[in-house]
Amino acid sequence: MNKKQNNNQRKALLSGNEAIARGAYEAGVKVATGYPGTPSTEILETLVRHEDVYVEWSTNEKVAFEVAYGAAVSGGRALVAMKHVGVNVAADPLFAASYTGIRGGLVIVTADDPEMYSSQNEQDNRNYAKFAKIPMFEPSDSQEAKDFVKLAFEISEAFDTPVFLRTTTRLSHSKSVVELSHPEEHAFGKTLAKEPRKFVLLPRYSRIRHPLVEERIERLSDFADVFDKNEMDINDTSFGIITSGVCYHYAKESFPDYSFLKLSMVYPLPEKKIREFAERVKKVYVFEELDPFFEEQIKALGIDVTGKDIFPRCGEFSPAIAEEKIKGVAEIKGNSFSDQLPPRPPNMCPGCPYRPVFYTLKKLGLFVAGDIGCYTLGALAPLEAIDSTTCMGASIGYAMGIEKLFGTDAAGKAVAIIGDSTFLHSGIPAVLNMVYNKGACTVIVLDNRTIAMTGRQDHPGTGFTLRGDKTKGVDYGLLCRSLGVDHVVTVNPFDMVHLETVVKKETSRLEPSVIISQAPCVLHRRVVKTPVPQRVVSGEKCTGCGECLKLICPAIEWQRNENGKKAFINKALCSGCSVCEQVCKEGAITTANEQNG
Amino acid sequence: MDKVTNIIMVGVGGQGVILASEIVAEVMMRAGFDVKKSEVHGMAQRGGMVNSHVRFGQKVYSPVIKKGEADILLSFEQLETLRCLDYLTRDPVILLTSQKISPPSVTTGSAVYPSDIPAQLREKYPRLELVDVLSIASKAGNIKALNIAFLGALSKYFSLQEDLWKDAISLFVPPNDLEVNLRAFTMGRQCSKP
Repeated sequence: MNKKQNNNQRKALLSGNEAIARGAYEAGVKVATGYPGTPSTEILETLVRHEDVYVEWSTNEKVAFEVAYGAAVSGGRALVAMKHVGVNVAADPLFAASYTGIRGGLVIVTADDPEMYSSQNEQDNRNYAKFAKIPMFEPSDSQEAKDFVKLAFEISEAFDTPVFLRTTTRLSHSKSVVELSHPEEHAFGKTLAKEPRKFVLLPRYSRIRHPLVEERIERLSDFADVFDKNEMDINDTSFGIITSGVCYHYAKESFPDYSFLKLSMVYPLPEKKIREFAERVKKVYVFEELDPFFEEQIKALGIDVTGKDIFPRCGEFSPAIAEEKIKGVAEIKGNSFSDQLPPRPPNMCPGCPYRPVFYTLKKLGLFVAGDIGCYTLGALAPLEAIDSTTCMGASIGYAMGIEKLFGTDAAGKAVAIIGDSTFLHSGIPAVLNMVYNKGACTVIVLDNRTIAMTGRQDHPGTGFTLRGDKTKGVDYGLLCRSLGVDHVVTVNPFDMVHLETVVKKETSRLEPSVIISQAPCVLHRRVVKTPVPQRVVSGEKCTGCGECLKLICPAIEWQRNENGKKAFINKALCSGCSVCEQVCKEGAITTANEQNG
Repeated sequence: MDKVTNIIMVGVGGQGVILASEIVAEVMMRAGFDVKKSEVHGMAQRGGMVNSHVRFGQKVYSPVIKKGEADILLSFEQLETLRCLDYLTRDPVILLTSQKISPPSVTTGSAVYPSDIPAQLREKYPRLELVDVLSIASKAGNIKALNIAFLGALSKYFSLQEDLWKDAISLFVPPNDLEVNLRAFTMGRQCSKP
């Protein structure tokens, strides 16, 4: 939502994420937590505009869940937002919370990423609802996103359960018209009333809780059958489509005159409605992205449906997919010659402090266990300096595994590389593990003072909260030493000679070591940059060897002149970081001043 | 107007494509239409392709345009125009800037930027208008206002009051930049000949 829009305006164009935040605000949410992750990040960034809601970037999704849970069981409405893989991190307390129930309302937003626009996998988190025995709602547009958050709080309180709200990248990042309401005066009672049989999950108490969870799902299933947003719309009965979320709109776009059962509650399913729908139409299609989540459950009811035998299991759907697969028409093709066009892949920015690190690691021929963040782009050609990317925090354990397999042969061969926030998110236990188990890996912490990839959020290392208030910032050196790492070196990555010396020395050491590569993201909002001179290429000295091109810096171009192909630096893009000057073997790249003088 | 109108906007990160699409969506909502807007942009904040869909009409279902159904293309970058032709109807309106931004494969010499894109396109799409938004924006006072200059040109294709556009622009553009942007809008509007 635009900042200038105010509460008096009745209608607004909101993204799915903005609408979720708006719904939480209107529902009187008191505590909202999360960890940045595309496509969920804007939910908390929107909520923070409301002074009366406590919001935080937590260190990771598990902690985020626990903070929201703590607030909810103590009587307040709380929301926790994360991307789909974040739920893997938060799964432990989530499954426990299903057993205890909650006293206030607790809504967990899972933002799934079909097509993997910005993720390592496209897991279908509807499965978590069934797995953890928690109800899940899925809106199909921004209006529903807002409405369903409010509904989810009501269901959470009425059924004493955490409630999932599932969104996808398409929904989170699309805008549609939303009617705004005033925030509710939501009466809530703060309580520290002790209920150990409910909240202390000792085995003997858990055995009391489990049947209640099963009984709760039965009651929720009954609710699903009377829930009016599980909408049955009978038109042409030659076929009907069971679908949910944004897929409903794709299918409706292509088949406006056919029958629909739109499932706004995706777990548990409305058994009676599904049976009725199947009886009223001649053929049933189940149109769902990713897993056959509805399809398998509906088939288990003994109902014959068509689903994944024609619709893809992988990737995002579109209106065209509905039409192509149901009508059996060929893929809609215009006159694209996009296959022959030069691609435009994402790239690290000019002046990115990661570029000199990757150039150095490639030069040293190290196996680089990577992690999740902007630096994953270091895997792309021609840098190709990242050899593994798994999940948040995995690099350090990965490198330790290599070392324990290779023994002392691993010295000087492998290194773990991890961003500052990723390190704080889940890298710390892995460093402790390495120290405890007598490992000898080298970990490079790429400290750019922000969570760059998701849009430069703060984290416990930056010294600022989500609201922008000053707070304590982590001292990485002190932290690593207290974990038992004796060799901790801080380097400026733009001093490439020093960087290379340190990396060589630390990777060949037979003890744990941490290198903190410290330089702020070039897009950092808070860092005041001292002006640095831009670089230029001397056409006479440049031999066209192409070494600088290996940096894949957007500012360096290849131009043909009378003496053949030469490097050229685009003034509009050069940040003056000096990395190209340092890698040029001919001394052809200098500051503009030097050339003029 | 029963039929949904589909506008696709393409360009490169940093050109203001998303902001332009937000403003169009706001204008159409204020004009009383149902509106949906959706976009795809690459992982990195800089240099990747950006592709935004705006759909408006009495009732809009899908937030994305179905291939073959975009009525209007607003292309901020010549090469990116070619990447989205699948989306266009048979006789679309194409507004094209003269701007070319080479992707890394071209700047590093491993690929060639396609030549004479406007002429290639005009053969198949007669309703193509070249709008020199860079020079309009620079005459208006700031080259960054090129997206708003482009909206000026686009606005001539709709019979909506000019103030509707200007109000929406003032909602999204910071007060200090508003004068330049409104000037760019007016100049863009004047130079467009639908």
